[in-house]
Amino acid sequence: MLKYIAKRIGLALITIFTVATLTFFLMNMVPGGPFLSEKAVRTAAQAALEAKYGLDKPLSQQYLTYMKDALHGDFGESLKQRGRTVTSIIVSKFPVSARVGGLSVIVALLVGIPLGCLAATHRGKTLDSVISVISTCGIAVPSFVICTLLLYFLGSKVKILPTYGIGTWKHYVMPVIALALYPTAYIMRLMRSSMLDVLGQDYMRTATAKGVKPFFRLFKHALRNALLPVITYVGPMMAYTMTGSFVVEKIFTIPGLGNEFVSSIINRDYTMIMGTTIFLATLMVVMNVLVDIVYKIVDPRIKLK
Amino acid sequence: MKEPNAMSFHVKYKPEDFMPANEEEKQSQVIMRESVGFWQDGFRRLRKNKVAMVSLFVIIVIMIFSFIVPSFYPYDYKTQIKGSENLHPMQYSEKEIERMDAGEKVFPHVLGTDKMGRDYAIRVMMGSRISLLVGLIATAIIFVIGSLIGSISAFFGGWVDLIIMRIVDIIYTIPDFLLIVLLSFALKDPLAKLAQLPGFGWMQIVGSNLISIFIVFALLYWVGMARMVRSQILTLKENDYVMAAKALGAKDGRIIKKHLLTNCIGTLIVTTTLQIPSSIFTESYLSFLGMGVAVPLPSLGSLASDAINGMITFPYLLFAPCLLISLIILSFNLFGDGLRDAFDPKLKN
Repeated sequence: MLKYIAKRIGLALITIFTVATLTFFLMNMVPGGPFLSEKAVRTAAQAALEAKYGLDKPLSQQYLTYMKDALHGDFGESLKQRGRTVTSIIVSKFPVSARVGGLSVIVALLVGIPLGCLAATHRGKTLDSVISVISTCGIAVPSFVICTLLLYFLGSKVKILPTYGIGTWKHYVMPVIALALYPTAYIMRLMRSSMLDVLGQDYMRTATAKGVKPFFRLFKHALRNALLPVITYVGPMMAYTMTGSFVVEKIFTIPGLGNEFVSSIINRDYTMIMGTTIFLATLMVVMNVLVDIVYKIVDPRIKLK
Repeated sequence: MKEPNAMSFHVKYKPEDFMPANEEEKQSQVIMRESVGFWQDGFRRLRKNKVAMVSLFVIIVIMIFSFIVPSFYPYDYKTQIKGSENLHPMQYSEKEIERMDAGEKVFPHVLGTDKMGRDYAIRVMMGSRISLLVGLIATAIIFVIGSLIGSISAFFGGWVDLIIMRIVDIIYTIPDFLLIVLLSFALKDPLAKLAQLPGFGWMQIVGSNLISIFIVFALLYWVGMARMVRSQILTLKENDYVMAAKALGAKDGRIIKKHLLTNCIGTLIVTTTLQIPSSIFTESYLSFLGMGVAVPLPSLGSLASDAINGMITFPYLLFAPCLLISLIILSFNLFGDGLRDAFDPKLKN
């Protein structure tokens, strides 16, 4: 187990390193630079700025310097928001996105898993059809459609919820619904199909024959095995949702990491792009390792190689 | 004489047994039902699936409205009609009322007009045309690249497989938004230059953004398809007929094309059909953020994005594209599910 985790972490480090390297060269390949958009900045001043941040040096040297600093935990200063380090920006923005995203993940799990189980146990009945209609619609509706419709009905027509910013619990309702819809629908589907799979297994028949109560049969015998596909999905999904969805953050003007990331790409804020990409990649990889470990806990028969 | 043993297995033939069969006996040998092939069987099951047929019907109706109707619709998606800005659905501008009083026939603005005086119904139709085109073309690209790379990866195995799967992992890990934005910036200049060359004039109408969306799709989204095909071929290639083909001296390319890919055709159809809605999804998302098609060409995503600012006064401008995009994605998803049930029963549930 320990050996396996060590190996996975090694592989993860390689992936993060490759992603960082690719991003670095890709973003430098793209025409334009961080100081071009400022009209007031003259050529001399621009050169001075570039010299200050080391952008005038050859690319390979920039890369080596950046990597060396990054390995020491120094991700540099933001090129656009002067005077703030990338780390401090991420530390201040991530919690906002993580709170909205985390709540949506919790909602998705709490709604998706029970409804999926219900659909599986009521297979072919009305309840099953109703749940599949809901989940199919949830998968089909893009997040911006949900956002705008929520904004129109709850924000502007009925005016019970605030339409922008983050503050009281009321601010969280619409973004969380918008973010949670797709994962909820997806988990419902996943849960239904894996539950049906498990319910058809021999040991379930044995449990029924032994006289295990339906409640225990479902939750103790079936759910544990049926959860595996959901866990596989939830790991990476959590990483994505917690780092913030750009559309949702843009429409509800939430000061989160997703917004920050996209504006850094558009502004060519090189250090910010690198910092957020490495952060996101790390989170993804960590989630994947965690998924494997949780797998082992949920189903001890699985051998990790 | 010995009693005949009831348990004896001696077969006793009578002379009648050797007579030619009469008509009645011949009837039992006639094959009552024709043998059903793979396609026939699949389509028969598909036709019985009501949900899939309804969604196919919806898709066809949307296609008629987005590809055929605009060519004889009285309005144009980019003509700005002066004096009829911000009309409500079925409302006429003053000029048009004058013309109608003069006895002329004026086609109503079914969905009203936008703030620049363009008929909104035709814009929504053109928008869904763009969305459908992107969905279909991008999916075709993904299908070709994904199935090719996936089958190569699985068939050759070893280090080829290792390298390709590493690349797949890395593409999964890099945030796709980063790649899309960076690539569309990087491709802007080369594509603009290419559009100047003779024979590439059509690129200016389509806009370099749309072309770079296709390139981005080709570079990024083949990974899911490749994984799917790879997992199928990994099991298929252990079959005896592959060994037989090899023994007969078939080349690798022929084995992949003739034996392996044709045997996972069910999975290929299903994955491809389900890729269409997800391509449309991504395109609308990009257009919503202003990184999709070039103005004045509309896309459902950009129409929705434009309508947000005026949504309290003109909510129908927002609802029409939102409803249509959801409907398109929903019906493609349901149709894909129907295809899966029909052609790939193993994948059911």
